[in-house]
Amino acid sequence: MTKRDIVIVGAGPAGLAAVVAAYDAGATDILLIERDGKKGGILKQCIHPGFGLHRFGCELTGPEYAQRYIDEAEKRNIETLTNTFVIDITEDRVVTYQNGDGIFSVQAGAVILAMGCRERPRGALNIPGTRPSGIFSAGTAQRLINIEGYMPGKSVVILGSGDIGLIMARRLTLEGAKVHAVCEIMPYSGGLSRNIEQCLNDFGIPLLLSHTVTEIHGKERLTGVTVSKVDEHRVPIKGTEIYFDCDTLLLSVGLIPENELTEKAGVVMDRVTGGACVDAKRQTSVEGVFACGNVLHVHDLVDFVSSEAELAGRSAAEYVLSAQHCEREAIPVKAEDGIRYTVPQKVRPGDEAEIYFRFSDVSRNVTVTAYAGDTALAKKKVPRAAPGEMQKIKIKVPEGCGSVRIGMSK
Amino acid sequence: MTERKYTCIICPQGCEITVTLDGEEIVNIEGNTCQRGKTYVTEELTAPMRTLTTTVMSASGRPVPVRTSATVPKEKLFDCMKEINAVTAPKGVRRGDIIIDNVAGTGVSVVATADGE
Repeated sequence: MTKRDIVIVGAGPAGLAAVVAAYDAGATDILLIERDGKKGGILKQCIHPGFGLHRFGCELTGPEYAQRYIDEAEKRNIETLTNTFVIDITEDRVVTYQNGDGIFSVQAGAVILAMGCRERPRGALNIPGTRPSGIFSAGTAQRLINIEGYMPGKSVVILGSGDIGLIMARRLTLEGAKVHAVCEIMPYSGGLSRNIEQCLNDFGIPLLLSHTVTEIHGKERLTGVTVSKVDEHRVPIKGTEIYFDCDTLLLSVGLIPENELTEKAGVVMDRVTGGACVDAKRQTSVEGVFACGNVLHVHDLVDFVSSEAELAGRSAAEYVLSAQHCEREAIPVKAEDGIRYTVPQKVRPGDEAEIYFRFSDVSRNVTVTAYAGDTALAKKKVPRAAPGEMQKIKIKVPEGCGSVRIGMSK
Repeated sequence: MTERKYTCIICPQGCEITVTLDGEEIVNIEGNTCQRGKTYVTEELTAPMRTLTTTVMSASGRPVPVRTSATVPKEKLFDCMKEINAVTAPKGVRRGDIIIDNVAGTGVSVVATADGE
């Protein structure tokens, strides 16, 4: 079995930023493993602009953003295996992978998990009806159009108003398809407001809030969908059915962090985020195993994926380069009413940490406060709180406190 | 006086901006958190502009992602698409290569954003 200081699983935006940061922090013996044929991850198919405003101060397309990190990784001569699939990670950090040359195991000093996420499929929604062709997840349709060069259909309904659904509404329209509507089961969109404006309103595509697809029609190919209004409990209301003649249904109904390997390694998971529970350094409950990017929690901006991955990369380097790993006892970060989750889920006294969080609901002019006991550590005013827009608050964790709470008040 | 509401598309913050108009004259702009928001709504009222991103089929049969080098008038998006979909990118196209000069008479070029095969 070979040995490497750091093994990074996934060469998408998280893996690439982690590899560069770890290398620059002094850990140069790194192996980067990617299952696709090329580095860059999902950014390769995200050909629209909107990436990098925070990080680079200019608006890049997905391929351009990815290229900046690919160039940095290549400058550092990082060994990268593409078309290579990691099949196992153990608690003592043995990483087993498979590719055209066979199956291999490597003992890693530290592992960085950067596998990203996948889309929630039709099967997870239980939409009644037949099982014709013409039903795609939005990301699959995006890959078909932008990477493979095929149009998935001509007459389209989109379920789910997350950013991918909105981006695909515009993309299909530009390529000549008719997008009848974007349906959203919630009373608000999960996407960025700018995307509702430039992807739907620019092209007159209706956004049907509190609506969902209640029946799928068609035998061989999709012939139409029935859409119904839902009540406040998201239950379809009888008599509100609208029928759309269409040949294609896109599902943009959520992303699921891809954590099979994480669970194999015995990492403690957070049921809300679907990712690992981590400390401020992005270390999981298994020593020497770090996680970052969408495998940890689904981000809406890649810029924050990059910063988080750099943090994980630096932490992993620090871990392998320091002889002793005597960490102080971690304390929990609790998400209180109105806050759906936080990452990290635990911190240590003395940490200076940026706590990422999401709101549970849509509201206006709220104040978010981080407390240690009854002492306020930091406050942040948010004019428009929405679950679709991740927020962060910076804290310094004081000595002697038992937990940190993140709460919201109006 | 009339009021018009806009969602700024310049950055992910998506500020809600209210413009007060007296006829065609802008009397007040409110809700923007930076200067770019002001420029955006002023442009939206007179001549809305957008960056266009799409793909060009390459000689190898795989699409190559492209973007306009600057924003183009919103009403010309489909004219641009028509021209872009009529051309083929040469084999070995590299990121940064100009695929079309002056697309749809906008004075803006269409540039590859990734390497082709």
